Amino acid sequence: MKITFDWLKNHLKTNLKEKNLLEQLTNIGLEVESVESLSSDNQLFKVAKIIKIEKHPNADRLKVCDVNVGEKELKKVVCGAVNASEGLITIYAPPGAIIPKTNTKLEIVKIRGVTSYGMLCSESELNLSDESDGITELSKKYEKNIGKSYFSKSKSNFIDLSITPNRPDCLGVRGIARDLAASGFGKLIVPKEKQIKSKTKQTLKVKINKEKGQGCRAFGSCLIKNVKNTESPQWLKDKLISVGQKPISAIVDITNYIMLDINRPLHAYDADKIEKGIIVRNSKSGEEFKALDNKIYKLEKGMCVISDNKGVLGLGGIIGGTRSGTEFDTKNILLESAYFDPRSIRSTAKKLNLDTDAKFRFERGIDPLSIETGLKKAASLIHEICGGEVSKIDIQKIESYKPKTINFDVNSFENIIGFKISEKEIQRILTDLGFVIKKEKKFLKLIVPSWRPDISQQIDIIEELVRISGYEKIKTINPIKDRSKSTLTQTQRLFHFLQRAIASKGYIETITWSFTDQNYNDHFREAGKEIKIVNPISSELGVLRNSIFSNLIMYMSKNLDRGFKDLSIFEIGPIFTGYDPGEQRTVVCGLSAGKKSRFSWIEKERNIDLFDAKRDVVQTLSEAGYNSDQFFIDSKTPNYYHPGKSGRIFLDHSKDKVAAYFGEIHPNILKKIDIKTENLIGFEIFLENLKLSRKTLKDQKLKFSVSDFQKSERDFAFVVNKDVEAQELINVISKVSPNLISNIKVFDVYEGENIPDNQKSLAISVTIQSSEKTLNDKDLEKINNLIIEAVENKTGAKIRS
Amino acid sequence: MSDLKKIRDEFIQKLKSKLDLVELNQIKSDLFGKNGLVSSQFKKIGTIDASERKKFASDLNVIKDELQDLINLKINEIQKANINEKLEKEKIDVTLPERSFVRGKIHPVSQTIDEISSIFSEIGFSVEEGPDVENEYNNFTALNTPDNHPARDMHDTFYLDDKRERLLRTHTSPVQIRTMLKDKPPFKIIAPGRTYRSDSDQTHSPMFHQVEGLHIDKNINMGHLKGCLNYFIKEFFEIKKIKMRFRPSHFPFTEPSAEVDIGYEIKDGKILIGEGNQWLEILGCGMVHPNVLKNVKVNPTKFQGYAFGIGIDRLAMLKYGINDLRAFFDCDYRWLNHFGFDPLDVPSNYRGLSR
Repeated sequence: MKITFDWLKNHLKTNLKEKNLLEQLTNIGLEVESVESLSSDNQLFKVAKIIKIEKHPNADRLKVCDVNVGEKELKKVVCGAVNASEGLITIYAPPGAIIPKTNTKLEIVKIRGVTSYGMLCSESELNLSDESDGITELSKKYEKNIGKSYFSKSKSNFIDLSITPNRPDCLGVRGIARDLAASGFGKLIVPKEKQIKSKTKQTLKVKINKEKGQGCRAFGSCLIKNVKNTESPQWLKDKLISVGQKPISAIVDITNYIMLDINRPLHAYDADKIEKGIIVRNSKSGEEFKALDNKIYKLEKGMCVISDNKGVLGLGGIIGGTRSGTEFDTKNILLESAYFDPRSIRSTAKKLNLDTDAKFRFERGIDPLSIETGLKKAASLIHEICGGEVSKIDIQKIESYKPKTINFDVNSFENIIGFKISEKEIQRILTDLGFVIKKEKKFLKLIVPSWRPDISQQIDIIEELVRISGYEKIKTINPIKDRSKSTLTQTQRLFHFLQRAIASKGYIETITWSFTDQNYNDHFREAGKEIKIVNPISSELGVLRNSIFSNLIMYMSKNLDRGFKDLSIFEIGPIFTGYDPGEQRTVVCGLSAGKKSRFSWIEKERNIDLFDAKRDVVQTLSEAGYNSDQFFIDSKTPNYYHPGKSGRIFLDHSKDKVAAYFGEIHPNILKKIDIKTENLIGFEIFLENLKLSRKTLKDQKLKFSVSDFQKSERDFAFVVNKDVEAQELINVISKVSPNLISNIKVFDVYEGENIPDNQKSLAISVTIQSSEKTLNDKDLEKINNLIIEAVENKTGAKIRS
Repeated sequence: MSDLKKIRDEFIQKLKSKLDLVELNQIKSDLFGKNGLVSSQFKKIGTIDASERKKFASDLNVIKDELQDLINLKINEIQKANINEKLEKEKIDVTLPERSFVRGKIHPVSQTIDEISSIFSEIGFSVEEGPDVENEYNNFTALNTPDNHPARDMHDTFYLDDKRERLLRTHTSPVQIRTMLKDKPPFKIIAPGRTYRSDSDQTHSPMFHQVEGLHIDKNINMGHLKGCLNYFIKEFFEIKKIKMRFRPSHFPFTEPSAEVDIGYEIKDGKILIGEGNQWLEILGCGMVHPNVLKNVKVNPTKFQGYAFGIGIDRLAMLKYGINDLRAFFDCDYRWLNHFGFDPLDVPSNYRGLSR
């Protein structure tokens, strides 16, 4: 909403300055977005007269004009306008002036060898109109103004306000003035209503169809006959220009002016183009009409249209049609001032994707009692400027406005806001805002002003009172440092633990968008549901991610392109499994590329591999409190992993839910994505699949037992078929004597010389210790034999001698 | 000259020459071995006359000690020399690089969330969460923003179906609804998380982070809201005084509503929070609208309180001097490494929020 202080002063009597105004507007919730100063620049544009014209020596179309700008010497200005002629009074812009239309600063320039001191301006260059053929022509009346500024000095700054959607009344200057007056910033001026004597009746019949979903509640109109539509007078043009509106013709300008002044949208029809009468009705499916924006709209069933016998004239409260629009030669006009239901307006505009000033206002709620005021104001102005005979006002309605009442308990204010204001002050503020107050025993009975659709209950009144009194009066009550509930749940703590545990292993945390490129997503989606966004910001961000890998791999690739070779990144966040709320899982996903110890003088360089990822995952899970001795690991993984170089981890042998995957990313994906690195290893940990320990750390620490009896380490080497997994041997050994075997470790894998082709040798170290005694050679020998026997029997292995 | 003296003189003489470890050990064994010269003399003690035995034994011990000490001394000298010689050879260039290490980092948004949680934890807030995909009811309708309400235009929403029933939450406020439907009052929660709006330019990202706050109890008024936010902002920016302004605004789910500005100034190209004549909008808040409480079956005549929503990314930008929002989600290694935090830097009350 754009206003000027000058316009405000039409409604507000105040001695305060603009600086105070800006502060006050913000203080009462009418946020000042920007202030643009126009006056100082505009004063540079002067009324001037062309005294003499010569042809430009070097250009056929250009003229060199000697211009009287009110100074002793004439100014030489080069001009190309056809209409430039000796004796013409026009507008001169000196060097240094900023041309409003182009926002460029004028300089003294040589045009084809002739120096031009400034410029003669067209109307369009000054944003006065669209007229760009030729320079502005001013009437002889301006002769006495030569050398004076063209724009009136009183023009004040252009203030842009951000009006919240609950305040349609402040979409008119008067509404803003009312709020300011209530807050003590001056006094609201009572408007003078000009009475026009009208003898004639409104003869054009208006009918609002009573049908289901009728969006029009009331339709007021009056006929003005024999008008002469002209350009608006200067004061009106100035007014509109001052808030950035372009003057068009008197009739259009007047309706715009009333809209901006009191937020009462009006529409003017060329009455001669209306067939018989006006019918306000629901549209039929497929009906078409050409709107004032020169577009043809095809309507759906049930939109509120203003029509005549021939068809649709306009969309009520949104946009008029070209068929009945007013022109400069319009003789008889019908002026409309109606009330449309906000919901109906909004749904129609949304369906047609239409946004107009009128729509913006009607969808927020227009004062239903402003129908007559608006018509009267507009009609009297039209009469004044364009002449004509004004008819009586006709108002058709299918529903009468009933004022809302609220019983307001004065004590409720302090209860919600925390400070007190007197009942006298409460009454004063509400009266200034337009409420009618009746004092009852326990409360104030308030009649809500018709222009405040946002107010319907007690809390709305409290809001008005604190807003006008000033938010700075609200006390600052310091919080009490007291905690009755733990801040994080166990799951949340696990989330934060995993996040920092992974980062502490050299991974850089990233946060990527929850949506991703469908092509990338498909590599990792497997059988998951594709979740499409109906209105994505771009087709590359069209789906919710089924895996974090899609984003990580894309950004990994970008970083590799930047020249980084050995990188580990991770993200902890949601992946999506369905369209419904809650169909998401939290995943810790990591990705590492390149080598370990690249260019090291001390360590041997090698490609990063899956055992790096496996270590990071197992270590992290161990740190988080899960016993890695109980993990069950196998090689069944999703297809985006290398089938032979990836694994999954269960927290225990019940194999309930997959805790994590780790491994090489499938070579096919690397090829398709064209990512350049020696090796790409990833992992995923599924937060929801990690069982939360019922035992607290405190409970676990309570039990501490160690054996002080001597322990022995025995090494075994088994030759076994290649497809037998090491874990199988470990499982067998651990079951031989769980009480005595305290640790099992594979310390070598060997294939090649001395070992048959399809076999491998596994070297395993077993720690044997009793908690009851020192084992003697005999005991140890017995366990030795049991281990060999069990492994040989259950895995087909042979002990190497 | 007795045998003893002879042995002594002979070996003292021998030990005077330059000897290596092998020769010394040979001498040691010649003297003190099983059948060594000194050892043999000890065996003789029993055969000597009682009258001379005492003296003999005493002399023998003196000689034994003398020789033994001398030999040990020699051996020590040689060992010491050997070590010195070894040390001389083993000198290494310690300016060569250490074994390589990698440092992981925590994203500034994650760090900021931890900082925020830590601050609110002290005044009794607990952390709640909600899903990223929401239904239209929780995101709008329950929050007093019915369909066809112009306030919906303030949020450019990503929809997941044509009926516009499922969407990506445009704010963290639906967590208020979920929390209040799930439990009974009082409520004192914060809810940090991802939020989504379909605009994307230099200052907007289609995904960003918010933290929601909600405190509902029997007599929580707007003064408590002011106090809570005043405390939070001071703690977060780690400053003693804060210039803060409450400005009336409108959100459908709170009434009265306010936008909160903090004072700042630019000094030497750096932003200073808390002082100065410029205002910076950092959050929206207000008293929870009675309609919202009714929607979640909380009696607004018995319970009341406040809610607020803060942009986390924006807070992080202000605190850590980050000037481009889009960079948060660009995953540029250089940026992450520069603005990221060490994983051991866990914000906490007693260790401080940040270093």
